[in-house]
Amino acid sequence: MRFQAASDQALLVYLGEEIGAAAHEGVVRLLRLLQREPITWIRNIQPAYCSLLITFDAAAADHAEVQAKITAYEKRAETLPVAKARLLEVPVCYGGEFGPDLEDVAAQHGLQAEKVVELHIARTYHAYFLGFAPGFAYLGDLAEEITTSRLETPRKEVAAGSVGIAGRQTAVYPFATPGGWRLIGRTPLEIFRKDREPMGLIAIGDQVKFRPITRAEFLAMRRS
Amino acid sequence: MSSLVVETPGLLTTVQDFGREGFGVLGVSASGAADAVALQIGNLLLENGAGTPALEMTLTGGTFLFPDGAVICLAGGNFGAQVDGKALELWRSHAILPGKRVVIGATRDFARCYLCVAGGIGVAEFLGSASTHLLSGLGGCQGRALRKGDVLPIGRLERNIRRRKLRAGVLEELKPEKTLRVTRGPQSDWFPEEARRILVSGEFVVSEESNRMGLRLDGPRLAARENKEMISEGTPLGAIQVTPSGQAIILFVEQQTTGGYPKIANVIGVDLHCVGQLRPRDTIRFEEVSLAEARALWIKQQKLLSSEERLFA
Repeated sequence: MRFQAASDQALLVYLGEEIGAAAHEGVVRLLRLLQREPITWIRNIQPAYCSLLITFDAAAADHAEVQAKITAYEKRAETLPVAKARLLEVPVCYGGEFGPDLEDVAAQHGLQAEKVVELHIARTYHAYFLGFAPGFAYLGDLAEEITTSRLETPRKEVAAGSVGIAGRQTAVYPFATPGGWRLIGRTPLEIFRKDREPMGLIAIGDQVKFRPITRAEFLAMRRS
Repeated sequence: MSSLVVETPGLLTTVQDFGREGFGVLGVSASGAADAVALQIGNLLLENGAGTPALEMTLTGGTFLFPDGAVICLAGGNFGAQVDGKALELWRSHAILPGKRVVIGATRDFARCYLCVAGGIGVAEFLGSASTHLLSGLGGCQGRALRKGDVLPIGRLERNIRRRKLRAGVLEELKPEKTLRVTRGPQSDWFPEEARRILVSGEFVVSEESNRMGLRLDGPRLAARENKEMISEGTPLGAIQVTPSGQAIILFVEQQTTGGYPKIANVIGVDLHCVGQLRPRDTIRFEEVSLAEARALWIKQQKLLSSEERLFA
């Protein structure tokens, strides 16, 4: 574990230095313990691949105190059993108007579009954390063969439900927002609804699989 | 229920309070007032709770009709507010008679002005806050900026409001400055000595492409030593991240909660409200302070803001 002051009111806690299951398991364990036994002066916790950003009330604690407390929590977190991950299935209509970058992605890798879809659905992805926008889950790791850079110029608006890829990650856009990931399909599911509990369909630590559906199925699911 | 009618909304007017901090696990950034200090003082002058929802106006005001009357306070930038052609002074309460409209113009100094109303603006809360989050369309008035014709419920007055006056010197002490104090960022050692020197000696200009998510800065480039790929991590409010081309961006209230650009420095807590008052084309500077200095300043500012005796005459 490594600590780094991030601001006068925030401390970064690194539980590893790479993207992978081991470091992330440490992140989830520590997060669960901090959620179960909250510390009053912690104002926010932002988990990521191998770190937690702890924002604290600087009138109540300083970096050294936060560090000492987190060190004690981490020791205990190591022995916590981790709950079995949920497996979610997300139906996706690939290509065409719903996946405007599918052909480009295929061409960049010298593959057929069908092969890109095949590689995308073959894996079970791990939800590392939520960020960017409410409910936006960073899912990894994408197959090496279809690892693709972000668009040079992000789109001003990406439709809600769009499935994108960027680097070794994939994600579903919960809202119509600007976005720079390459879009290969769209899900009819509502990823984030404020009148639902929980609001977000995907949570940190979940396992996610994508299932291809036809345009007709997409439209039918949308209606229901 | 009394109400407020939006006759003209201005450039970008949203409902804001202190925001919803603590939902990072859901990917939700806090949002909230860009100048939380002005919001707080405006509310306290009306004997509202410090973080009562108010209207945040950006660069230009608007026209707001109060069919049933109200008691209001304008706080933050001076946007030249009037009723019946008579100027409304900032930083004090004003009784608005039923059927009168408050006409608010363009800024004469700072980026944001708050229209606080006794009893507050009544909108449904999302995750415990009335703040509008524009990117995701959540919170506030249907998750968006106000439009002509919107009708917002406002609190009913239960009692008379004391006419409070700020103590001399309070506004001077809390005045938004254009020199922002920073502490070192978590990746500051990714940058060559030269870039770190330029950060605290150069002048930067707030770009037109700035908003509540972040302020892009034009000026000297601050490129990192090597184009090392960074693993995305949580980003604190006020982080100064640097893009591969060397452009600095200050992450602000509607920021992305995580990011993969190295952060050279971070604006300190007491100066975040100054960031909220920066206008496009403003020239700014940075000054480095230690974590201990930043903390002492924070405790001092919190003491002032929570002390009725120190704030009011």
